[in-house]
Amino acid sequence: MTVALSGQEIADKLDKQFPGSIVESSQDSLVVNSEFLLRVATFLKDTPELDFSYLTAITAVDYYDYFEVVYRLTSMEHNHRLVVKTRCCERVNPTLPSVVSLWRGADFQEREIYDLMGISFDGHPNLKRLFLWQGFKGHPLRRDYW
Amino acid sequence: MTIVETSLGPGGRLAALPPDWPGGYWWHWLVFVVIILIFVVVMVMAFIYMERRGLGRLQARLGPNRAGPLGILQPVADAIKVLLKEDIIPAKGDKLVHWLAPVVAFVPALMIFAVIPFQDGALLVDLNIGILYIVAISSVATVGVFMAGWASNNKFSLLGAMRDVAQVVSYEIPLVLSIAGVVLVAGSLSMNEIVEAQSVPFILLQPLGFLIFFMAACAEVNRTPFDLLEAESEIVAGFHTEYSGMKFALFYLVEYTEVLALSAIITTLFLSGWRGPLLPPFLWFLIKVVAVFFLIFWVRSTIPRLRIDQVMAFAWKCLLPLALINLFITGLEIVALPEGLPWFLILVNIAIMVVLVVLWSGFFKLGGGRVEV
Amino acid sequence: MAIKTEPFVLNLGPVHPSTHGVFRMRTTLDGEVVVDMEPVFGYLHRGIEKLAEERTYTGVIPLTDRLDYLASMSNTLAYVLAVEKLAGITVPERAEYLRVIMAELQRIASHLIAVGAFLNDCGAFMTPILYMIREREKILDLFDMVCGQRLTYNYMRVGGVSHDIPDEFLPALDKFVNRMPGFIDEYDQLLKKNEILLVRAKGVGILPKEMAINISAGGPVLRGSGVKWDIRKADPYSVYDRFEFDIPTGTVGDCYDRYRVRIEEMRQSVRIIKQAMEQLPSGAVKSEVPHLIRPPVGEAYAHIEAPKGELGFYLVSDNSIAPYRCAIRAPSLINLTALCDMVKGWKVADAIATFGSIDICMGEVDR
Repeated sequence: MTVALSGQEIADKLDKQFPGSIVESSQDSLVVNSEFLLRVATFLKDTPELDFSYLTAITAVDYYDYFEVVYRLTSMEHNHRLVVKTRCCERVNPTLPSVVSLWRGADFQEREIYDLMGISFDGHPNLKRLFLWQGFKGHPLRRDYW
Repeated sequence: MTIVETSLGPGGRLAALPPDWPGGYWWHWLVFVVIILIFVVVMVMAFIYMERRGLGRLQARLGPNRAGPLGILQPVADAIKVLLKEDIIPAKGDKLVHWLAPVVAFVPALMIFAVIPFQDGALLVDLNIGILYIVAISSVATVGVFMAGWASNNKFSLLGAMRDVAQVVSYEIPLVLSIAGVVLVAGSLSMNEIVEAQSVPFILLQPLGFLIFFMAACAEVNRTPFDLLEAESEIVAGFHTEYSGMKFALFYLVEYTEVLALSAIITTLFLSGWRGPLLPPFLWFLIKVVAVFFLIFWVRSTIPRLRIDQVMAFAWKCLLPLALINLFITGLEIVALPEGLPWFLILVNIAIMVVLVVLWSGFFKLGGGRVEV
Repeated sequence: MAIKTEPFVLNLGPVHPSTHGVFRMRTTLDGEVVVDMEPVFGYLHRGIEKLAEERTYTGVIPLTDRLDYLASMSNTLAYVLAVEKLAGITVPERAEYLRVIMAELQRIASHLIAVGAFLNDCGAFMTPILYMIREREKILDLFDMVCGQRLTYNYMRVGGVSHDIPDEFLPALDKFVNRMPGFIDEYDQLLKKNEILLVRAKGVGILPKEMAINISAGGPVLRGSGVKWDIRKADPYSVYDRFEFDIPTGTVGDCYDRYRVRIEEMRQSVRIIKQAMEQLPSGAVKSEVPHLIRPPVGEAYAHIEAPKGELGFYLVSDNSIAPYRCAIRAPSLINLTALCDMVKGWKVADAIATFGSIDICMGEVDR
């Protein structure tokens, strides 16, 4: 059984390492300040006892007030998982750092989020629309898109 | 007695035709050309039907069975359909070349049949260099294929055409060398005399030569596993991607005419042509042609396709040395045992073939083929 | 004198015999060698994630059927697991077993197509795939028996499955399960040691272990690279923890390994089905679930080992009758991430074979 790591415990650890990086945390997940996202992700990936070498999925959810991007991390070594979230309050031109440099599996998924949610990812090597054509107006998965 | 019967009759040699007929040999040629045309078209239809039904059985399905009894009219229906289709020429294609290509491909394929002995002496012209003529003429079809690939203004077509040229040029060499072995044993270049020389089918005396010829010829006529130029899963339909209607039908005809010619040549060179007991010679010839064709589409239904570099490597690293060795051994045998080749040579040759094939297969390693880019 | 050459761009697809749907590979070729390759998606984009936001939780099930239409049962299973997790619905045991049986049958069916299509891409003219389809047909007949559908089954429901199996199903399944290993051997022998297949598939399109993990590959693509990772073992869902089976893995991560892994997985699936048939309890097949499911505010992620890799559904609920967000982790899409690296430097023919060995379904890639 894949052990779901407690968000709070990891959050405490992260808060010590990067003060101010944690916005909130619960049993299931932790929310990271988007400025710290890349550093936190690097820490999570490279720390041997965490070893989140496998990025299961990235998704984005539109909560009107903010976009939440969900990173689902798995360690095949220790068979545990963690959900890391980050928020982006900007609505016109939301931007988040890209994690492609850490996990290449994020490549298409970030492009998909950019395409359908309209969140730009800084540092993505090839940020283009994935499914819709260039010049498509709007981002369909936003809740206010009709 | 009509001329047709004369030319096809038992033992009817071309030389025996009465030259005092009105027009002399012209009548013979005219009638024979018509017969060959009909024979080719009918046989191609039969082959298409056989292949589709046969493939169907091999692939655990039925195959076409709707048009006519047992689907026997399917090729006719296909022909009518394809002839009635719109003929499309790509807007930026080279129109003249596009139009000429199927003809250039078809004519040489048809010309091969001029020297195929359907039975003793029954052939359009008994050229004393018959097999040389075939080798020369059969490569011309490649020009048609390349014209088609070029004129279509389509990258798939061009890729297919380039593959075809590379492949045919390479396989021509082992093909000719394996034929040379047969010619050495038979002591003649004339197709009919080669058949007459086969008191033992040459497949037994030249087993290695047969293998090389069969594979090289499959590559020449682009049958699986060498069907790179129309590799459906890679380059759509290769050189005839942009062809439709009548021109496509002609290419289709070329494909099967070449296979028919290949079967006929193999029958003549290695399976003792029209010779055989009991049945009339023409029937023997047909039976052997069909058997060879069955072998060809059996291979097609089973084996995956090679890659272009592997195809080329196979020609130059495997078939060419083997063909040279085969030629050398054949020469030695003829020099050492001049009067008639004795039966024990069959066993010797088969043993040599097995040893050589096993040796050569050990030279090939798996993997590889990647280029740093 | 060197002849001046220049690379040219060739569009493999969107309509091409071996792109398994409407997928486009924008390849830059130098002669036959692939210099660069860029996958272009979206020709089959139907906006399933957006459509799901306007349907009831039950109403999304038909949509999930149309994701990976070669493995509808698995898609639906992942979705209903997510809804059950979200709404806290329990499932009767018999339904769990039926789900496992269906999912494993579906895995066999999907792998049959995958293997057949791969061999077809390698140029084995239609024969392997038609043999595979012959067996797949029997699986479809079994599905037809339980739910009356042959492609989009709509069989798994929130809280169980739609119908109990008919009486004739188990004998038919038994017959199938007993004959299938023999058929798998037959297909295996057809080309397993064929020299041409070996030179075409061995060492071609290598996906190294580290890269496979880094690109989040899943399913046979990941296992072909030698990573022993299977959600059914690593994080058992449904009743998978009650069955004994092995996880076949490859060593190198080439096309041949992925092909072998699929063949072995079919054998393991047969094993699981056999055990599930033996353990199959009696009882209800569907728990009492309200007509309109209104899960509490929250979120849930459920993932399964679909034939093509880890298929996950991330559902967010706002306590209404429709999901607030239904995000799909599509294995086909993510497995394609490294396609460019895998085919670079190889010939066109290898690119096609590598692509075929990844086994994607455009319905799932484009959603």
